[in-house]
Amino acid sequence: MNRGEALLLEVGAFSRRLVTRVGRASLFLGAVLRRSQMPFARPRLLLREIYTAGVLTLSIVVVSGGFVGLVLGLQGYDTLQRFGSETALGSVVALSLLRELGPVIAALLFASRAGSAMTAEIGLMKATEQLDAMEVMAVDPIARVIAPKFWGGVLVMPLLAAVFSAVGVLGGWFIGVVVIGVDEGTFWSQMQGAVSWEEDVAGGVIKSAVFGVVVTWIALYQGWSCRPTAEGVSQAITRTVVLGALAVLAADFVLTAFMFIGV
Amino acid sequence: MPDQLVVEVKGAVAGYGEEAVLKGIDCTVRSGEVVALMGGSGSGKTTLLRLLTGQLPLREGEVTVFGERIAGAKRETIQRLRRRLGMLFQQGALFTDLTVFENVAWPLREHTRLPERIVRDLVWLKLEAVGLRGAASLYPAELSGGMARRVALARAIALDPELLLFDEPFAGLDPISLATVGLLIRRLNDALGAASVVVTHDVQESLAIVDYVYVILAGRIVAAGRPEEIRASDDPFVRQFVRGEVDGPAPFHYPAPPLTRTLLEERA
Ligand SMILES: Nc1ncnc2c1ncn2[C@@H]1O[C@H](COP(=O)(O)OP(=O)(O)OP(=O)(O)O)[C@@H](O)[C@H]1O
Ligand SMILES: [Mg+2]
Repeated sequence: MNRGEALLLEVGAFSRRLVTRVGRASLFLGAVLRRSQMPFARPRLLLREIYTAGVLTLSIVVVSGGFVGLVLGLQGYDTLQRFGSETALGSVVALSLLRELGPVIAALLFASRAGSAMTAEIGLMKATEQLDAMEVMAVDPIARVIAPKFWGGVLVMPLLAAVFSAVGVLGGWFIGVVVIGVDEGTFWSQMQGAVSWEEDVAGGVIKSAVFGVVVTWIALYQGWSCRPTAEGVSQAITRTVVLGALAVLAADFVLTAFMFIGV
Repeated sequence: MPDQLVVEVKGAVAGYGEEAVLKGIDCTVRSGEVVALMGGSGSGKTTLLRLLTGQLPLREGEVTVFGERIAGAKRETIQRLRRRLGMLFQQGALFTDLTVFENVAWPLREHTRLPERIVRDLVWLKLEAVGLRGAASLYPAELSGGMARRVALARAIALDPELLLFDEPFAGLDPISLATVGLLIRRLNDALGAASVVVTHDVQESLAIVDYVYVILAGRIVAAGRPEEIRASDDPFVRQFVRGEVDGPAPFHYPAPPLTRTLLEERA
């Protein structure tokens, strides 16, 4: 067997593993969606998950949003004033946050904070037979544990992205208006004029909802399918963070492309 | 109804991979009885329990629980059967984010619409039965192994099951906790009029409390009888097992080619 064939075999084996994993994960997602009555029939389960995922991520979202807004203010001003259009600072800050940075960075933070916590919790429940125990007690763990976490993550993601963008706008305002001295009225009216509900705000919300699905799905599946040992759980957590970040960035490209084409 | 057949296993074959772990098991459990399932590590005891709870598909044979067939049963049938049984997992499998009290209340809250006051009364009664009323507000991480086992026992009997399954209830317990748990199993079984299956390595403790013993080796029942019959057995494997001897028919080695071959292959 020469090198080329060996390489081909490797690629083949890799693709088969990949397809198998994606297939299993899709079956899992299908099962979660089919058994999603409980979080809505018992809203307290859902609220608890929204609260947990939200609280875990809120503080880092606020802090990062602030810093990103400050940087946007500085960089945006520096670039705009070269063309003499520093009055447009408000719209630049708001559009970058609403369309891209808010949804994407909030999702990355969510994956590393709340996503990893979800994987850890499910993985530990599996390793300590809590999921088995539930099943034997005639309670479906997918309906009782997984589905509420899934919908909690999906619903909380747009809220986090919105908080990120709002804090970021304040950061941009602080640098632009308070520190540099751009006219306050111009800053806000430019922003109001440039941002459209249907395209920019709705686009951002759609993006962050999709990111919420992707990240929560990865986090829950990694926990559900991990090897039930301490080592298996820790590997699953790492995979949640890495795969979650990659998936968010890839999904962002796909969604942005579609939004630009205008589908 | 005493003496009613609760579990009946006939020629059961089941497993995980290609080779079957259980290679044709026959056993029965009647109401009122405590039955021990003994055997070495990896002989298939947990696998047999998973068969009874419907967590593992059956390849051949027949398993009936409460007169209903498990294999190929509809999801609702299995859920209905599961509501009538309680299982104690080896490590307790308590919910780590809930207190002892809430752990015991959990099955009641999930499966009944009882008013809160009654749920609380029932939980106090179950905790009293295992002697842990004083530990109600502790979290599982704050319990010793023996206490966790007893809390799990209280949770398993929360819905007054008719069949109790215990996976190694004695493992890792000191002699006093061990005797306590053994006595509890016997007492609870008699109080509930239930049937119990106790998977265990602990020969002396289980021989003291059970009515009947199945000894399982490599996926087959190799001996069965009342405790005194098992003690008096002259079957070489049973004697080895009951006395805990290293030498005997039960192999010390996991199946492997002869050592010389392994060593020669290393050189090649
Ligand atoms: N989930 C699983 N997947 C694949 N093989 C398994 C699985 N669980 C158990 N086995 C295999 O099945 C065999 C019997 O396992 P089982 O857990 O029933 O043994 P056991 O009698 O309960 O042993 P122990 O006393 O150590 O708990 C073992 O050889 C084990 O390797
Ligand atoms: Mg076992």
